[in-house]
Amino acid sequence: MSLTIQLKVNGRPVTAEVRPDTLLSAFLREQLRLTGTHIGCDTASCGACTVHLDGRAVKSCNVLAVQAQGREVTTIEGITPADGSLHPMQAAFKACHGLQCGFCTAGMVMCAIEVVTHQPHATEEQIRAGLEGNLCRCTGYHNIVRAVAQGAKAMGVVP
Amino acid sequence: MSAAQPLIGRSVERKEDYRFLTGAGQYTDDITLPQQSYACFLRSPHAHARIRSIDTAAAGASDGVLAVFTGKDLAGIGGLPCGWLIKSIDGSPMKEPKHPVLAEDKVRHAGDPLALVVAESVAQARAAAALIEVDYEVLPAVVDTATAASAKTAVHDIAPDNVCYTWAIGDKAAVDAAFARADHVTRLAIVNNRLIPNAIEPRAANAAYSRADDSYTLYVTSQNPHVERLLMTAFVLGLPEHKVRVIAPDVGGGFGSKIYLYAEETALVWAARRVGRPIKWTAERSESFLTDAHGRDHVSTAELALDRNGAFLALRVHTTANLGAYLSTFASCIPTILYATLLAGQYATPAVYCEVQAVFTNTTPVDAYRGAGRPEATYLLERTVEQAARELGIDPAELRRRNFIRSFPYASPVGLTYDTGDYEATLNRVLDIADVRGFAARKAESARRGLLRGIGYSCYIEACGIAPSNIAGALGARAGLFEAGEVRVHPTGKVTVFTGSHSHGQGHETTFAQVVADKLGLALEDVDIQHGDTGKVLFGMGTYGSRSLAVGGTAIIKAVDKIIAKGKKIAAHLLEASDADVEFAHGEFRVAGTDRKKTFGEVALAAYVPHNYPLDKLEPGLNENAFYDPTNFTFPAGSYVCEVEVDPDTGAVRVARFTASDDFGNVVNPMIVEGQVHGGLAQGIGQALLEGCVYGSDGQLLTGSYVDYAMPRASDLPGFRVDTVKGTPCTHNPLGVKGCGEAGAIGSPPAVMNAILDALAARGVKSLDMPATPYRVWQAIQAAARR
Amino acid sequence: MSQISYHRPATLADAARLAASDPDARILAGGQSVLPSMRLGLLAPSALIDLAAVGELEGIRSDGRTLTIGAMTTHAAVAASQEVQARIAALAQLARSIGDAQVRNRGTIGGSVANSDPAADYPAAVLALNATIRTSARSIAADGFFTGLFSTALRPGELIGALDFPLPVKAAYVKFPQPASRFALVGVFVAQAGNAVRVAVTGAGPCVFRAAALETALGRSFTPQACDGVRMDPDALSSDIHGSAGYRAHLIPVLARRAVQQILG
Repeated sequence: MSLTIQLKVNGRPVTAEVRPDTLLSAFLREQLRLTGTHIGCDTASCGACTVHLDGRAVKSCNVLAVQAQGREVTTIEGITPADGSLHPMQAAFKACHGLQCGFCTAGMVMCAIEVVTHQPHATEEQIRAGLEGNLCRCTGYHNIVRAVAQGAKAMGVVP
Repeated sequence: MSAAQPLIGRSVERKEDYRFLTGAGQYTDDITLPQQSYACFLRSPHAHARIRSIDTAAAGASDGVLAVFTGKDLAGIGGLPCGWLIKSIDGSPMKEPKHPVLAEDKVRHAGDPLALVVAESVAQARAAAALIEVDYEVLPAVVDTATAASAKTAVHDIAPDNVCYTWAIGDKAAVDAAFARADHVTRLAIVNNRLIPNAIEPRAANAAYSRADDSYTLYVTSQNPHVERLLMTAFVLGLPEHKVRVIAPDVGGGFGSKIYLYAEETALVWAARRVGRPIKWTAERSESFLTDAHGRDHVSTAELALDRNGAFLALRVHTTANLGAYLSTFASCIPTILYATLLAGQYATPAVYCEVQAVFTNTTPVDAYRGAGRPEATYLLERTVEQAARELGIDPAELRRRNFIRSFPYASPVGLTYDTGDYEATLNRVLDIADVRGFAARKAESARRGLLRGIGYSCYIEACGIAPSNIAGALGARAGLFEAGEVRVHPTGKVTVFTGSHSHGQGHETTFAQVVADKLGLALEDVDIQHGDTGKVLFGMGTYGSRSLAVGGTAIIKAVDKIIAKGKKIAAHLLEASDADVEFAHGEFRVAGTDRKKTFGEVALAAYVPHNYPLDKLEPGLNENAFYDPTNFTFPAGSYVCEVEVDPDTGAVRVARFTASDDFGNVVNPMIVEGQVHGGLAQGIGQALLEGCVYGSDGQLLTGSYVDYAMPRASDLPGFRVDTVKGTPCTHNPLGVKGCGEAGAIGSPPAVMNAILDALAARGVKSLDMPATPYRVWQAIQAAARR
Repeated sequence: MSQISYHRPATLADAARLAASDPDARILAGGQSVLPSMRLGLLAPSALIDLAAVGELEGIRSDGRTLTIGAMTTHAAVAASQEVQARIAALAQLARSIGDAQVRNRGTIGGSVANSDPAADYPAAVLALNATIRTSARSIAADGFFTGLFSTALRPGELIGALDFPLPVKAAYVKFPQPASRFALVGVFVAQAGNAVRVAVTGAGPCVFRAAALETALGRSFTPQACDGVRMDPDALSSDIHGSAGYRAHLIPVLARRAVQQILG
């Protein structure tokens, strides 16, 4: 059985055939070739696959593609400006050395945007709690936490 | 164009970050080839079983299946090799049982692969694998490190007592004599918990065969693609090395686990020609838990002999090291050469003796994991020293200070010669930055909240930049340990550098470019670093043991020196001066004492458009390579202070403060170096507090997912205070660098555990093993209360 | 390969009819437990019945005597709700402690309660707050709802529509997380409504349960000290690599004490 879904991905309308049990992560990576979204585990624990669904962070390995029917998905590719510049949160990660191997980075940035959007004045402790769903094995989180605070300022959510 | 100020020493932002931040990185699983097919490995559900039969008929007939292979099909190829021969005390070589790519007669750990299914999709490959019928005769499993040698079951027939080797280092007689005259002996039983590396990118491979030129291309998550190729072609598959190209593209973390030649990529290369299609395999995380080489897993006893003033007289250590079911690529040298040689630490202990018994068990193979032997040595030594201080009533920092090595070079009693260091300096700095003087007030404040506060120290040393090849060879290494680099100057004066080091998070594309740009007087953007492709890079030994800048960087510098030397000759010709009169600085070749000069770009152009050029004496072109074999290890060292708060009602431990002072010699990019320390600290604190691999007595992995294996998350860790800037430069490489990738993971576990034991001392707790989970801390408090 | 079908009913009645017609179908609420189980091969349903289009299941409202939360309300929505914060702040606080931000954006109260995971947070709130579970067929009191490990009083084809929490109440939830999964190793929810004290414990046994000894002690004297003398029987509690039954038994009064402290401010 395959189903036709219509949704928006990174601002563009997409119509596609998917199996009912196709995960959103697999749909993005394999059918749309948006490989910036990564798969780091099989228990929905690592957050590397985090994308935005109607503006809220979700683990795309824990959402079916069919559940995105009629909705809007944004991936790391979708927040990247076309002109070669960076989203303020991406820029903050670069400035603060908030990434090393880069594998968790897309999910981390997508989660960070969620954290500061909903908690504009997040303290260090709140930022750490906000990143609970994202594993990083390289940075020890120290510079990621700094990046999220700096990104919040750059995004203008903090005056 | 010359850079305005030196790039070396500056925290420039990383060149590689744009692609990682925008999702444009290309990791192995991101690469899909034309005609791509997919693999699934059938893995043993049992830790130890004889394979009576395998029936693949139904799997072969399943939808979309292209081929099914078992150990019988691969019987003609070699086993996965071990790269280091260790000899036992009696001179006999270690037991080297065959490590088949797919299990042949027996499976020896849960997850051991015994069949490969190739299909049109991953789902079809998995569905087919589930149809393979295996008749197992389940055997008792050998699991426990300490008792493996007395188990009634043998993992391998050639090692009936499960002992791979019994190895020793040091002067046993001198140690015994020192103990006989000691005023005090501190004794400690110590376990170094088994860890699962958990790079966030799971291992993956994609192998293709080209009939056109009878060649293979393998994309693989590797820290060292040339070594991967050499081992795979020469030792296992018998393929011509020059017909195999191994590409390690963007790699999402390694920490050691991606050094080794694994069964999966080997089987894929073998099968790619037979299937006639590229084959991709990406580990599920649950497969990674079962099959990525694990780390640590030592059971030891330590005895430290002291005189009445606290001077260390001798150290005696016995360690049993669990190697798992098979010898992984570097398994044998980790608990020996990379472990026991570090047991002198920062101390002038005159005599050290260590005996290591390495055992096979029905568990996942164990190999190097961030630090690789050195964390085990540091943990054992620093726990012992701290306990000695407590027993003698000497301040733990003071006891260390009394025993520091103070003159260099220093030949240790366990075979290393430390070239330089200043242990007093890092200790003093860390005591200052950590505000140790304020500890008592903080402890009182914690007590008001019902919490027990403790402080713990750790002074570590590590040997990095492995290694002089001749010394390694004498110690049993079966490979060289040099590094290679190539500097290709383009006609426009832009530069591409090819390095045999591999970057999987370390930032080589930036650090190496800083070095080369500075040396050649170029802007950072005019230098590109290429790595990770045997088709591009002339050779390489890869990245591990914090060796990239010290060894790989030096190879590049040697190639740069050759470029400059040739450039001087070209410039001398253009400037009508003698070679000896030409100087090079800030991107300009200049006749000494004059203003006559040629820019680097002008010289490069002349080399490729040699109209006015000394063709009779000099080849055109500007492209040089170099190999560098280090003359010694490098010896980073540092002092760490940890403060914890323990909740005695629940056993929960919180790291309240963590301060690190490291001596890495010179530092090229402080931001990157500090980032490396942060990451190491997280893994070390993770080992101390959270991470522990647990097997059931039947050999089943009980911590086989993130639901049961506790990875450090942001909320588990504090912000770190890290000081890395003022070091003693390494004396034997041109940059004076030592390596920084593993320090945090080496130095932090004992600091954390010493802090917890300090906090719990008032409750009568004297020993505690890692990980200090709330449950375990609570148990220790309960046990002490009953005593 | 297995064929799975997908349904997206628009009403609770339609969803219940679909569920009743296929015993091997699974309800997809937030999917945060169902989808990982499917991915690991622990669950292979014949069909998924997605409740996303059932509009009647969403929303939070209060009439002063009852706080009602629709089954498809996400943890994030409960955590952020001013209504919940004003009426039962502990419930918002509990919702904020579930999983992580991504899970809270998808996971739903109805899904969590229907799943009856032994280490889930919501069942402790439902039981301690003496909620009523309104289903597609009837109303079920919390005391009779959670029947065991991953099992509830829900009949085949019966779906949760909403949860009614009686007001007013003073309450607090203290969770001690399992270090890896961050589910509750032990979680204790203490609720005081008038003179009645209810204490529900999650994580410690096969299913959420009320701690009678703590309720008695706190009923006599609603003070932190009242928890100190209470001994829980480890025999009925769970034991695993993260903690023995004895450890869990020890933690229950410790966490209850902290919850009481929070309530008393």
